[in-house]
Amino acid sequence: MDPPMDFQVVVLAGGTSDKLSPLVSKELPKALLPVANKPLLSYPLELLEASNLKNIIVVVEGDEAATQVESWLSVAYMDRLNVEVVKTPGDVGTVGAIRAVAPFLISTDILIVSGDLVSDTSPGAIAATHRRHGAAVTALFCPAPVSGGADSSTSGGKDKAKKPSRCNIVGLDPTRQFLLHVVSGAKVEKDIHIQKRIVRAVGQMEIRSDFMDAHVYAFKRTVLLDVLEKENLYSIKQDVLPYLVRTQLRSEISAKKENSADESSNGATKELPSEDININSAVPSNQNLRWLSQHREIAPSSYQEIHISDCDMNKSRPAKKTHKCCIYLSGKTQYCARLNSVQAFGDINRDMLGEASRITGYTFSAQNNVVHPTVVQGAKTTAGGQCIIAEGTILGDKCSVKRSVIGRHCRIGSNVKIVNSIVMNHITIEDNCTIQGSVISSNVQIQERASLKDCQVGAGYVITAGSEYKSEPLTKK
Amino acid sequence: MDLRRPNRPVIGPKVRQVGFVTPDSAAATSSSSIPAVSAAAATSAGSPPSSLSPVMIPPPRHPSTEMSNPHFHPVGSYNPSEQILGSPPALSPSRSSRFDADGSDFGGDDDESVALSGVGGGMTPKSSLLMRQPVTKTAPLVSETRKRDSNVSKGKGEGPSAAPKEKLTKAERRATQEAQRAAKAAAKEAAAAGGAPSVSKQPKPATKPATQQKKDVPSGSGPLQPLAPSGSIEKKQGKKEVAAPHPRMQFDDMTKVGKLKKRAVVNQSEARNRVELFRHLPQYEHGTQLPDLESKFFQLDLIHPSVYQVGLQFLSDKISGGNARCIAMLLAFKEVIQDYTTPPEKTLTRDLGAKVGSCVSFLIECRPLSVSMGNAIRFLKNRISSLPHNLSDKEAKSRLQSDIDRFINEKIIIASKAIVEHGVSKIRDGDVLLTYGSPSVVESIFAYAHGIKKNFRVVVVDSRPKHEGQGLLRRLVERGIHCTYTHLNAVSYVMHEVTRVFLGASSVLSNGTVYSRVGTACVAMVAHAFRVPVLVCCEAYKFHERVQLDSICSNELGDPDAISKVSGWKDLNYLDGWAQNENIQLLNLKYDATPSDYVSVLVTEQGMLPPTSVPVIIREYGIERLWT
Repeated sequence: MDPPMDFQVVVLAGGTSDKLSPLVSKELPKALLPVANKPLLSYPLELLEASNLKNIIVVVEGDEAATQVESWLSVAYMDRLNVEVVKTPGDVGTVGAIRAVAPFLISTDILIVSGDLVSDTSPGAIAATHRRHGAAVTALFCPAPVSGGADSSTSGGKDKAKKPSRCNIVGLDPTRQFLLHVVSGAKVEKDIHIQKRIVRAVGQMEIRSDFMDAHVYAFKRTVLLDVLEKENLYSIKQDVLPYLVRTQLRSEISAKKENSADESSNGATKELPSEDININSAVPSNQNLRWLSQHREIAPSSYQEIHISDCDMNKSRPAKKTHKCCIYLSGKTQYCARLNSVQAFGDINRDMLGEASRITGYTFSAQNNVVHPTVVQGAKTTAGGQCIIAEGTILGDKCSVKRSVIGRHCRIGSNVKIVNSIVMNHITIEDNCTIQGSVISSNVQIQERASLKDCQVGAGYVITAGSEYKSEPLTKK
Repeated sequence: MDLRRPNRPVIGPKVRQVGFVTPDSAAATSSSSIPAVSAAAATSAGSPPSSLSPVMIPPPRHPSTEMSNPHFHPVGSYNPSEQILGSPPALSPSRSSRFDADGSDFGGDDDESVALSGVGGGMTPKSSLLMRQPVTKTAPLVSETRKRDSNVSKGKGEGPSAAPKEKLTKAERRATQEAQRAAKAAAKEAAAAGGAPSVSKQPKPATKPATQQKKDVPSGSGPLQPLAPSGSIEKKQGKKEVAAPHPRMQFDDMTKVGKLKKRAVVNQSEARNRVELFRHLPQYEHGTQLPDLESKFFQLDLIHPSVYQVGLQFLSDKISGGNARCIAMLLAFKEVIQDYTTPPEKTLTRDLGAKVGSCVSFLIECRPLSVSMGNAIRFLKNRISSLPHNLSDKEAKSRLQSDIDRFINEKIIIASKAIVEHGVSKIRDGDVLLTYGSPSVVESIFAYAHGIKKNFRVVVVDSRPKHEGQGLLRRLVERGIHCTYTHLNAVSYVMHEVTRVFLGASSVLSNGTVYSRVGTACVAMVAHAFRVPVLVCCEAYKFHERVQLDSICSNELGDPDAISKVSGWKDLNYLDGWAQNENIQLLNLKYDATPSDYVSVLVTEQGMLPPTSVPVIIREYGIERLWT
């Protein structure tokens, strides 16, 4: 079956991320981490499905993770999506993951979506923007979570090095359609080096640091494959995108553009700076026609025109080629977040219960919560607003659950207070426990009178009776 | 009628009244009721519509004042018996005298001609010409024009004291709105009752059969949901083709617009404050279409990716200009044909024709087609339908593709080269050439003339909001041509030194009228006044057999925000939020019509012709005659 609109989709599901320890483990790869009781991978997949993209390639790092993801996919999306799982060895980075699937890529453009994206930004809009500009790459940027860390009071001193790593420096043209400069988190230095050439071509550059790379890219396939041949690239976000942005006015990647598969794309890579086309060339080739039709792009201040004329001006280097790097900024009303840290995990879960509850697909009851009908609640137990309690869970007497997610088949004793926490599946919590602002992985046993505050508890851990923990990651040795 | 004639000069048909005046406001101010308005009132007031006018005259803005007008004469229902029964109103001597003078038939005829000239939509050229020729019949037209004239002058000097309409109170406005709504509903009913043959002798434009056709299809195929799941693809396609909005569709007809909207791919909401005179043209809220269409990118299975891409580029104005749009569209169609396979039990000629039709209707939704594109589409459909039946798919496809290539090559590329050669022969050393906007052929002429070392200067005249001239200016300056850049406002000052005016055209109609970027007519007229020759460069594939006398009945409306916002001036915000204010209507016209009197010569690939020779070119070298 032909891919719709000549777009193929690759979802990079990752493996067992270090950043998310102790929550993820060999038993629970990142892709299956429950967010609001649904595996993380289901969010990008459902987003794609909503856009009628049903043929999806999922790349998973590591054998075990791949097996687990595959078995989950085969059950959950058996008759809905046509998902192909490709596994890669660990630590090859996103570029390595794309290299692994390169033989499968046949369509004109490739949409690469990160598996940890939780968003309702339409991938179609990104793809359409990409097509409209005939860009080499189009990246989705969203407003960075304004105070992702600082806002949630619980995480005061925890995110030591996180603040700087979040901020990307992005340079935009005045119309906010083209990406002129990008430095991603880890590589931000004290000084910003901007190419004069680009600034001269555009006239004006807007530099922002409050946009976040959402890790959704539309690549032209030929560009992508050319880039993959280069050595020492590891990550799309940190290496490939900056590379393409850097070289957009002196493109090296378009040497082999003449192949037939590229016919339907009319990117700037093909705009030949040939002069007097109407007069000199006898029978214009398809390319020149493209150029002719693109040539008339109006809006004289727009970037492309200057691009072209920039080519024209430097007649000394007629072979100079360019490609376009575009940006799609998601709207203010749209939710967009990446689950790439423990912090983000907590934030996203809370958002799913609150402002972004539309993404989850649950219908909230009058009390603004979701309680599965099979949940057994004891006397005087209350489930407050913004709660999700999944099936088979048994709550004892006088419990109180507020702003929390509780997974499947948990047994919770009497007089337990769970506030602002995420409790995964098959967890036993005995009487008189207090859990605040914590994440508790599956199969944890919490014995009576324990008190947890701002802790992350790894799978299978046993918390002894009466113990108190505060702001600690707890893992089974 | 004879009484009124001596005191007014007969204005020749070439003078067009283009004003921002609504017919009903004219009625509100003038003491005698104008037939056109009362006709509108008659159809909208729900009186049994004896004639369903093909030109739906917009419902009056203030029908309450209309109704209270004692000299209210429903003209649609005007009949001789009325003359017998009702005495002519005493307060309007001019009117009564007119009725006395004219026969009843005459009166009816006059009214219609006035109605046509007032709104102007969908008139067929012949009939309108016929109606205007006798002098007796032009007289009311003139009177109409005059009244409007006075109104225009009033509107121009509009201060708080001289406002033509008094400020309405809230209650009054509400009453007005309600009346309007009722009028609309009535109009809808009338249209629904619709296919009924009309009694009047009004000319039937082509919209009429289109309505009937549209009506027939849904009733025949049952209630088809527009979003039916896949499986009914063929049906959908068949329907799509029918659904392609008629190029001259009247967008002030609510029922038709409603039907169109149901099928539309692009989600468009009609702009609210539209200038009355142009309500028959589609105008949508800009700004919402593009994101909406983009977010549906993957949902539209039926539309080929390259067509979609071209549509997006039209919608976002990334590709503009007649030749560029036409080439982009044809190349997209070429890819559609490349990827096409005939479904089983279908014939290529029929099915591919339907497929192209659906692509075209998508493109129309993105932006109305230009005449050149319409001609190209007609050519392509012609080629598809004339394919021999015994061809294999592969042969047929390759044949069509080479046809498209030949069309682009011969009709656009080589044609423009020929035009360049003709045009250059008219440039002498020391010339000062003026051009307006950014016509591609003219640019090539200048570049070529500069290349063969002719010594000349160029004046680039530009206008808001698109500033296309700046791109041209940039490219010319890069070539080393000495240029002057100015705006349209200053054209009369620079015209002193100009020796030739080179203009581009979107289309040339068979009466020689040049249909081009708005402002072209102004430049041509100024040049004519200064006795500077005007050369219009236009490929022959842009010629059309239509006759058009004004730029009202067929035009395109652009984004009103584009003219309300001044880029670079953040503090110029007087018009912010204008859409909420019902007293403001912005008009961003895209085209205008230059009468042939102001065109010295047409430069085409067939040579340099007077504008009167257009019909010959259409007859001898028209699209239909291409490789038949």
